[in-house]
Amino acid sequence: MAEKEPINPSSEDRHSNEPFEPGPIMVITRESLAPNVQLLTVRAPVVASKIQPGQFAIIRADERGERIPLTIADWDREKGSVSCVFIQVGTSTYKLGRLKAGDFLPTFVGPLGKPLELDRWGTVVVAAGCYGIGSIYPIARALKEKGNRIISLIEGRSRFLLYWLDRLEAVSDRMLISTRDNPIRDNVTGPDTLEDLLASGERIDRVIAIGCTFMMYEMAEATRRFSVKTIVSLNPIMIDGTGMCGACRVSVGGETRFACVDGPDFDAHQVDWELLLARRKAYLVPEVDSAQR
Amino acid sequence: MSKKQIVPTKTRMPEQPPAERIKNYDEVPYGYTPEQAMAEANRCLECGRPLCTEGCPVGINIPAFLKLVAASDFRGAISLIKETNALPAVTGRVCPQEEQCEGRCALSKRYESVAIGRLERFAADWEATQGPPSIPQPPPPTGKKVVVVGSGPAGITVAADLVRKGHHVTIFEALHEAGGVLVYGIPEFRLPKAIVRREVDYVCRLGVKLVKDFVIGAGATVDELLQEYDAVFLGTGAGLPWFLNIPGENLNGVYSANEYLTRANLMKAYRFPEYDTPIIRGRRVGTVGGGNVAIDSARTALRLGSEESIIVYRRSRDEMPARAEEIHHAEQEGVRFELLTTPVAFHGDSKGWVKEIECIRNKLGEPDASGRRRPVPIKGSNFRVPVDVVVLAIGQSPNPLIPKTTPDLKTGKNGVVIVDNETMKTSKKGVFAGGDVATGGATVILAMGQGKKAARAIDEYLRTGKW
Repeated sequence: MAEKEPINPSSEDRHSNEPFEPGPIMVITRESLAPNVQLLTVRAPVVASKIQPGQFAIIRADERGERIPLTIADWDREKGSVSCVFIQVGTSTYKLGRLKAGDFLPTFVGPLGKPLELDRWGTVVVAAGCYGIGSIYPIARALKEKGNRIISLIEGRSRFLLYWLDRLEAVSDRMLISTRDNPIRDNVTGPDTLEDLLASGERIDRVIAIGCTFMMYEMAEATRRFSVKTIVSLNPIMIDGTGMCGACRVSVGGETRFACVDGPDFDAHQVDWELLLARRKAYLVPEVDSAQR
Repeated sequence: MSKKQIVPTKTRMPEQPPAERIKNYDEVPYGYTPEQAMAEANRCLECGRPLCTEGCPVGINIPAFLKLVAASDFRGAISLIKETNALPAVTGRVCPQEEQCEGRCALSKRYESVAIGRLERFAADWEATQGPPSIPQPPPPTGKKVVVVGSGPAGITVAADLVRKGHHVTIFEALHEAGGVLVYGIPEFRLPKAIVRREVDYVCRLGVKLVKDFVIGAGATVDELLQEYDAVFLGTGAGLPWFLNIPGENLNGVYSANEYLTRANLMKAYRFPEYDTPIIRGRRVGTVGGGNVAIDSARTALRLGSEESIIVYRRSRDEMPARAEEIHHAEQEGVRFELLTTPVAFHGDSKGWVKEIECIRNKLGEPDASGRRRPVPIKGSNFRVPVDVVVLAIGQSPNPLIPKTTPDLKTGKNGVVIVDNETMKTSKKGVFAGGDVATGGATVILAMGQGKKAARAIDEYLRTGKW
């Protein structure tokens, strides 16, 4: 805001309190949930009043920052606050990780994307890892409210990387924790656990998986032979988040779709995973350059 | 009829030499000095029945402003222009004058026309050197509230016209900077962003409220807006990029022009890593298309350090819709043109990066609906152009976000919002639309012309309540 010129104060006064105006986006808290996993809670009353499970916001950490999409992990409509969980991987997320209470975000646009389809399907497995544990929580909560039986399958390389297990437990009928340092069985992955569950003959009506791209791919493969409808929340690179640039295009059922406006949720068995994994890596080299500065 | 001696050619406008300018992002032409401007304005024959004004979509009184420039009354000239055109510094730079005012100039039949665009730009730039423009006394408030969705050329025009009538005007902009295509699309070297900021700032100082980072159709629907406001103007542009739907289009390194230019312009990727948004700096960049957006992309590629920037266009030079000056500038800068050529596939490497464009040669057939001769593929003429970045600049259509969330808003071919051509009224009461969202993709000045019509109709609607 350094280059803002002094403006006519009378015109400013005349138009205060615009309906729908997002107003300044202030950081309420920023805390570490697990190594490299951060929770950011901001005051964003307009987003808080509208947000539905599965939707996301586009955020810029500072005036020179990239526009990056983050799924909303929780909200409080009365307090006008929303929270996002993110992993610190590059310049933009490190910048977000340095924010303190009282700081302002230059951009926080939302809610974007289609809300996740919610219905009473029966038994739903909500599978999540890394930032997805945060993203899946409001989905599990909403599905539970719809009357579904919820099995939460939370995965991570190690137990100390998991978080919000108590929150998920409160909205789940069953908790499955899958880490590779499992004391009973070595090297158990989330997809393995899901496959075991399906093979056990338990009736599962739907699976919703959120996490890193490779984890979602593996979850999709785990359910494919059981023909259980599996929905994933895709996380391609985005810029505007409104369907304007096409950076986030994904191939679903042989058709090019924009994750920002046609998604972010798609049928996992229809997604071209190889393409998505390649497109996620498009800026690896410049990202490393940027992060090293 | 005229006593004046004819000066056959335009006064040259000084510009950065091509070899220099492809290494920077600064504007190419420097603009006229006052002496050059007066000399150029003096070339006007002051013909009895001037056609130039008829060629102007917003109807600027061109002969009168030329006369004022010639008489060194620059203040008078810019005031006259601004009576009908809210963004002269912009249109002086980006209008296709050769198809409009200058194409109708009496001189243009045998000689070069008066450089009307350059003179419009001169007058606007001159004003900017005179300190901030004075703000007219605000009219008494009417108590009516209008929302303008989108801060591009159409929206800015509507907002400026309606606030001067005493209405309360709020612009909602989806991105973090105002200006629409003027900031995300048109590059700095063709339209400096400081100019756009100056124009937007002026409109805000007139009393328009600007709300950025807010997406109508997501954060609020048009129906929700109508509960709080008396009228809505949709100036949301043509933001949905087209793809060719050919194999390999989703390879890494294949961009829509919208993405490529948004990264470079709005996100300032040309200053990466000082700015955080990266862009792939290809050694060989192939741009598909023949309009201004294609030329802007190909010239941006050179400035990002590409060794070769190639335009692949399916028809011939004569059919290219880009502004003549832009094609000329691109040629000077070394952009290579593969004309009468259509891509049929993109081929990539094992890691999913684009490496070649497979093309087919065309010959020109009969004219199509646009009046331009249709490209007809020559069977078996396939060949490959090695590239590491591809930019698709083949057109765009309106963003469907608002139509999808506004069930009673009628749309036509390619999702264009259907409007009455005189009033810009949509099928939905209280909702007007103009610019690319209503035309499907045209020019800055046409969007502004529609904005002016819409502002008149909105004002009437707000005063009378009659739809």
